[in-house]
Amino acid sequence: MRQLVWRRFRRHPGAIMGCIVLSCIVLACTLAFLSPYDPYKSNLSERYQSPSLEHPMGTDALGRDLMTRVLYGGRVSLAVGFSVMVITLVIGVPVGAIAGYFGGRIDNILMRITDAALALPSLLVLILLGAILREVDAPFLKSNPVLTIAFVIGILAWMFTARLVRASYLTIREMDFVSATRALGGSNFRIIVLHIFPNAIGPVIVEATLEIAYAILEESGLSYLGFGIQPPTPSWGNLLSNAQEYLVKYPWLAIFPGLMIFLSVISINYIGDGLRDAFDPHKVLTKMGEV
Amino acid sequence: MGHYVVRRLLQAIPLMFIISIFLYALVNLAPGGPLAGRGTSKRLNPEQIAILKRQFGLDKPVCVRYVYWLIGNDWTKMVEEIPAPGVGISSTIIKCIDPRTYLLTESQGIGKGVLRGDFGNSYRTRKPVLDSIKTAFKNSAYLMSITLTIVAIIAIPVGVISAVKQYSIFDIIVTTLSFIGQAIPEFWLGLILILIFYVWLKNPLTGDPLLPPGGMYTQGMTFSLIDWTKHLILPVTMGVVGWVTWYSRFLRSSMLDVIHQDYVRTARAKGLTLNKVYFKHALRNALLPLVTIFALDLPYIFAGSLYVEILFSWPGMGRLYYQAAIDRDYPMLMAILTIITLVVIFSNLLADIIYAKLDPRIHYD
Repeated sequence: MRQLVWRRFRRHPGAIMGCIVLSCIVLACTLAFLSPYDPYKSNLSERYQSPSLEHPMGTDALGRDLMTRVLYGGRVSLAVGFSVMVITLVIGVPVGAIAGYFGGRIDNILMRITDAALALPSLLVLILLGAILREVDAPFLKSNPVLTIAFVIGILAWMFTARLVRASYLTIREMDFVSATRALGGSNFRIIVLHIFPNAIGPVIVEATLEIAYAILEESGLSYLGFGIQPPTPSWGNLLSNAQEYLVKYPWLAIFPGLMIFLSVISINYIGDGLRDAFDPHKVLTKMGEV
Repeated sequence: MGHYVVRRLLQAIPLMFIISIFLYALVNLAPGGPLAGRGTSKRLNPEQIAILKRQFGLDKPVCVRYVYWLIGNDWTKMVEEIPAPGVGISSTIIKCIDPRTYLLTESQGIGKGVLRGDFGNSYRTRKPVLDSIKTAFKNSAYLMSITLTIVAIIAIPVGVISAVKQYSIFDIIVTTLSFIGQAIPEFWLGLILILIFYVWLKNPLTGDPLLPPGGMYTQGMTFSLIDWTKHLILPVTMGVVGWVTWYSRFLRSSMLDVIHQDYVRTARAKGLTLNKVYFKHALRNALLPLVTIFALDLPYIFAGSLYVEILFSWPGMGRLYYQAAIDRDYPMLMAILTIITLVVIFSNLLADIIYAKLDPRIHYD
């Protein structure tokens, strides 16, 4: 099964390109400390330099090397994306699994909660939460901006995973192997975790991958508006927050951070697409039918 | 069907109630608050804060405030500050809080409460929030209706053709473009558009920037269609990109489901032209799920496109909300959140009803 998925995934050119580009971005961000420049220290004699060999992406209003800041910002943005994925999985998978497996009243209660969360206008609530958290004076929140923002985004995004998982569990729990396990005396917990979950994992992996891209976009928008990661900590979004004022004279400040968001999001989306095809058993049949 | 609608409406009431409590608590209990002195150069002194708190009713416990917000306070006596004789009501907060200009009186409350359609007055402008929302909504709807018309004009043919010619060059280009469109951060696309059409490209005759960078029209100019159109181009383009990729992708996959069905083959076998088969027979059924998606997208249309409006200083709902979130203008925030939540709940119901109406195979009970 695993080999089959990998074989199908390999045949998706977009997904492979996505993997390559994303690996390059992740690698560059991890190796950002090799840069000769400091991402925080201002250097007023070198303000607003246009892109050159010394500063491939130019310098910003405080004379800091933009490329160094973009790479450090990438760590933050990618970390937010990854944390949101983990948070949506941690909330969404158990909720969906329990609701789908047990059904009845538990299902009803959990799904009503999910519906209520879905009825919230998510972007508006996100902005509100961002505006509030900006003023909370808790040391934990201040020292862990990534986790804070990831939590805010994740708490408004787990519902989709929950619904997806519930749908899979609803189908799989009726299958014979589940009845067989139950007849052999397998506990509910064992069935949910060890028997059904491996069979429901495909769509969850796809959804989780796309969740990273979605979270990177959300974080960048939120930080762009000033409600996300607060400067001086760089993130791809807040590097753009003053870009509109600089647009006339210093356009590179607006171009490069956005380009990085775009490249990583499109890579992740292609990887997600490749995974979807790879996990979808019908896909190969239809393609073969047409060829 | 009738029973189903009634039951869903009845279910919506407690849902709305719970959400409103949650939102009210979130808005009102958060630290910071409207009196933290943002946006004003002066820090408020404790005396001024106390006066403002009384004026806004913030001196009451939050549960009392919620009740007043919900059902009004005209059934109870309120302590109210009225302007001292000879002092006009000023719209700015700083002027309003000079203690000498106000007298304390006790009078009947005037708030009617949300249930009777009164969302209160904005802290910022001291005018009814519904008035601001109406104006902002008109501006958002103006932008959105033009955006969506263009989206429909582009997305429908593109979606149909790329499904009919699956894996053709056209399809590959469209699919790639839609991946690109979905990965571009919306606000960054706007920045790039401004960079190209305002900063880089100039009108060859006058040397002015080709397109304006924001606003609905040139300030102080009499109405001219050209001026209004010029101001529309960039915001509409920015909005169209996201929606077109979303709808054309959706229509493509829904068309793909339809054109492999028997009745399409029958229609072709009867000798109908391909155009007729695809655009008349197949498209009708492929649009079914799209109608649902559109109904589910209604709240976004009501909320306006936040990033577009902020980037292009468009005086719509999104920008109104953004400003209210910065000011922590509680009545404004609550009004917009409540209205949009209502729209979300009803558009979900609408989606189900439309779907059942259009597709006779679906029954609710």
